[in-house]
Amino acid sequence: MKVKMLSRNPDSYVRETKLDLQRVPRNYDPTLHPFEVPREYVRALNATKLERVFAKPFLASLDGHRDGVSCLAKHPKSLATVLSGACDGEVRIWNLTKRKCIRMIQAHEGFVRGICTRFCGTSFFTVGDDKTVKQWKMDGPSYGEEEEPLHTILGKTVYTGIDHHWKEAVFATCGQQVDIWDEQRTSPICSMTWGFDSISSVKFNPIETFLLGSCASDRNIVLYDMRQATPLKKVILDMRTNTICWNPMEAFIFTAANEDYNLYTFDMRALDTPVMIHMDHVSAVLDVDYSPTGKDFVSASFDKSIRIFPVDRSRSREVYHTKRMQHVICVKWTSDSKYIMCGSDEMNIRLWKANASEKLGVLTSREKAATDYNQRLKEKFQHHPHIKRISRHRHLPKSIYSQIQEQRIMKEARRRKELNRIKHSKPGSVQRVSEKKKRVVAVVK
Amino acid sequence: METVPKLGNNVPPKKDKLQGKKKKPRRYWEEETTQTAAGASPGPPRKRKRNRELRPQKPKNTHSTKKSRISKKPQVPKKPRERRSPGPQRSLSGAQDPFTGPAPVPVEVVQKFCRIDKSKKLPRSETKIRSRLEAAEAQEEEISVKAARSELLLAEEPGFLEGEDGEDTAKICQADIVEAVDIASAAKHFDLNLRQFGPYRLNYSRTGRHLAFGGRRGHVAALDWVTKKLMCEINVMEAVRDIRFLHSEALLAVAQNRWLHIYDNQGIELHCIRRCDRITQLEFLPFHFLLATASETGFLTYLDVSVGKIVAALNARAGRLNIMTQNPYNAVIHLGHSNGTVSLWSPAMKEPLAKILCHRGGVRAVAVDSTGTHMATSGLDHQLKIFDLRGTFQPLSARTLPQGAGHLAFSQRGLLAAGMGDVVNIWAGQGKASPPSLEQPYLTHRLSGHVHGLQFCPFEDVLGVGHSGGITSMLVPGAAEPNFDGLESNPYRSRKQRQEWEVKALLEKVPAELICLDPRALAEVDVISLEQEEKERLERLVRSRPPRARAFLTPTSCPHHVLRSAVPCLGSLFQVSLLSPPSGLRSRHQASLPAKAKAEGPQLYSKSGEEEEEGHG
Repeated sequence: MKVKMLSRNPDSYVRETKLDLQRVPRNYDPTLHPFEVPREYVRALNATKLERVFAKPFLASLDGHRDGVSCLAKHPKSLATVLSGACDGEVRIWNLTKRKCIRMIQAHEGFVRGICTRFCGTSFFTVGDDKTVKQWKMDGPSYGEEEEPLHTILGKTVYTGIDHHWKEAVFATCGQQVDIWDEQRTSPICSMTWGFDSISSVKFNPIETFLLGSCASDRNIVLYDMRQATPLKKVILDMRTNTICWNPMEAFIFTAANEDYNLYTFDMRALDTPVMIHMDHVSAVLDVDYSPTGKDFVSASFDKSIRIFPVDRSRSREVYHTKRMQHVICVKWTSDSKYIMCGSDEMNIRLWKANASEKLGVLTSREKAATDYNQRLKEKFQHHPHIKRISRHRHLPKSIYSQIQEQRIMKEARRRKELNRIKHSKPGSVQRVSEKKKRVVAVVK
Repeated sequence: METVPKLGNNVPPKKDKLQGKKKKPRRYWEEETTQTAAGASPGPPRKRKRNRELRPQKPKNTHSTKKSRISKKPQVPKKPRERRSPGPQRSLSGAQDPFTGPAPVPVEVVQKFCRIDKSKKLPRSETKIRSRLEAAEAQEEEISVKAARSELLLAEEPGFLEGEDGEDTAKICQADIVEAVDIASAAKHFDLNLRQFGPYRLNYSRTGRHLAFGGRRGHVAALDWVTKKLMCEINVMEAVRDIRFLHSEALLAVAQNRWLHIYDNQGIELHCIRRCDRITQLEFLPFHFLLATASETGFLTYLDVSVGKIVAALNARAGRLNIMTQNPYNAVIHLGHSNGTVSLWSPAMKEPLAKILCHRGGVRAVAVDSTGTHMATSGLDHQLKIFDLRGTFQPLSARTLPQGAGHLAFSQRGLLAAGMGDVVNIWAGQGKASPPSLEQPYLTHRLSGHVHGLQFCPFEDVLGVGHSGGITSMLVPGAAEPNFDGLESNPYRSRKQRQEWEVKALLEKVPAELICLDPRALAEVDVISLEQEEKERLERLVRSRPPRARAFLTPTSCPHHVLRSAVPCLGSLFQVSLLSPPSGLRSRHQASLPAKAKAEGPQLYSKSGEEEEEGHG
């Protein structure tokens, strides 16, 4: 007879002293871990609920401006510094860690229309309603010195926007035409126009740095190459585009914030259909900015809310609003992709977390492992109806909520009408046009 | 490529000259390489030589993009260096690593951890989704390989009992085993002589550390049976029908003559649950925190012990219920009835999930093994049958016993114990997954009284038997899972660990509605309701179209469309699983059945996924 009994030595399973860690032997045999899927599902459900519990995105409000904030700019080298221009011509520089204003400049008379920093972070440019472009030093004046711009360029017309080249000492302004300036000269290197309308914003492409995009009030978005004197091509949409933003990771993708409550992501190689229409806002979209990862962007709207969209989704994943926040005019995603800043009509700059339920500060390795695990679980079970409902639920102000309902009805009515029209006309005479195609009026080269 | 075998030789060119004159002392690596070059090699170098011979296949293998981490033959290690370039292989001393590359993993072990059904083809779908599915499958495979590799770290080996050439192990009595094994194991065999309070029911806690027993005449006791430390001992002054530990050893449910009572480990009565009256049998579902009770009145009641609510009270409509067991794989309750059927119940359904006609007389005992694949039943017709629970519900083997078994129990490693009068028989199978073979018993033991309760102790090679003469703890080598998981149920856990585990377990309490036959159904695509939805959508579309355009959209032309869209809109797939769990037996499950079984087997479900698909075509 040969016999062996299972006999464990307790010493190898119990810790020796109280100072030791507890011993936890593992065995991954599936029969010892029954109900794997239902338990993971419950964990995912709990994680989703906790995510909603901890979703407290609002961090701080920077107040101090005496008029609505009209433009924001990030510092290219310092995460904590942010610049803002207001409707009374004042420019403020803020320190985000201290949440304080560190410098005030009365830069212009009337609105500060645009503000941008130089790529090296030593100076910044502002344009205003007083037909001037001013270059300022980033550091404040030393003791006894006057607060004065480094350079001032007096223009003939009002400038409505400015953007600096990402690598060279060149910047572009827009107004009645797009002007490209050398920093050293007082007259533009070249001026480009296409039609006669006021151009509201101009943006340099961060990857293909010679490319620019601008949007004008005659509903078009025009693309330029700085190396040639004429514009490349333009796309005409249904309504006016307020501003565009280039994807920092994909050179040919840009997103346009439109007056018809939608955002349009275009591939500049094929402008005749937008890659994606992002709809959720219930009023004109005023500003848009990409996260440095190029996966998401944030949009500011006249409906007093900001929304975060994944680039490949047509619906937003997040909406931020507060009772006091009025029409949001400008928005920026910080360079560490963790925060969002928005400037609004009621003179405040607000700081939000980009990921609403993220825990700030240093995480221990266990915390990190737990968040990663929960994130994966949420991803795995995201389509289950109960989990989906919880993760999608957002509280909305009554005005936005009722607007959404109203627009749903309007959209349904339009759809119905189109169907009826097809039904009651000669077959083939009325064609269905896809929603994407419908929004683009023309592409001109 | 030719240079590779010579690497070892070429390093010291001087030595080659010496070789001609006399046999020079060699390092072990040099020896190997020269010998293989010569072509004569005994022992381990032969394997290396074979590798060399296989080398011409190398380009073929590098062509195939699919990289399998699983070696096809468990014994022969995979060709070690087939996909490495020879350059970085060479170490400073010229030695070659004889075991390069990842360690081979036996296929069977990987199979154990595999969660996906490889036999099922991926649906035709968009390339994007297809690639995502493929990536997920590859990841799944990698995970199972990793888990299989971690088997190496398991510390304990299972026990065994073997007779010497032709010796029948059933003839070996407990005294012999006790004599042969070590002192610690011998101490696990004991008899509690409690003749006064009549036949005993017993229950081990989930960790296998604690034992509770209750006698017919009111004697209730709980003890740490390893250290033989008594936790409490009381007499409830009432008949005790059944006793069961709740999720931890601190709570004890006792089915008494009238009502269900809950005691703590001090023997203090915490609750008296009057809504559960005249209970005959208790079962605790640890992951759902449900106490299932079967009563004389014919009701199966589920009590949620974490909140103290009755989740469901189901009328089995089969008279007195006194045979109940749970399926540990899917938490379905099996009830045995006097008409020879076994019915399967989930709290979400008012009707049984399935009814299996098992015996010609009444059912006397039911037991389900830990993998949920086999069910053993015994009936008044003196038969002992083993059923396959994976869809077909067909008997795998049957045997007539002279007396018929009144009590059955499965061990963690698939041993089956049956109590017949005052004899306990134990049958063993080939492995964990295979059913026990009923020809030859593995062990037998005669007790001092009639058996009244049987349970294998988890994680110990011990079978606890409650009988009219008290309690006997039998030694059954090879019964228990040798390696426990410390986070799941740890026999050596401290108080603090138990408290932490309790909080975690409560947080992930599985809702009672999720109990269904296939616990993995929640992670699968609900094809049936998806197709239904797609059909409705198409019908709506057809209705809205002008009549002439309808020709293209007739529902008969849609199966391709449905299949193609089956995966893309993953969004709306999972509804049914939450609302009606018993639809758990889904297409994938049904598809795996042989056609014959589908035709002959009990018609439990109205439709299967395949049939519906065919209906379209």
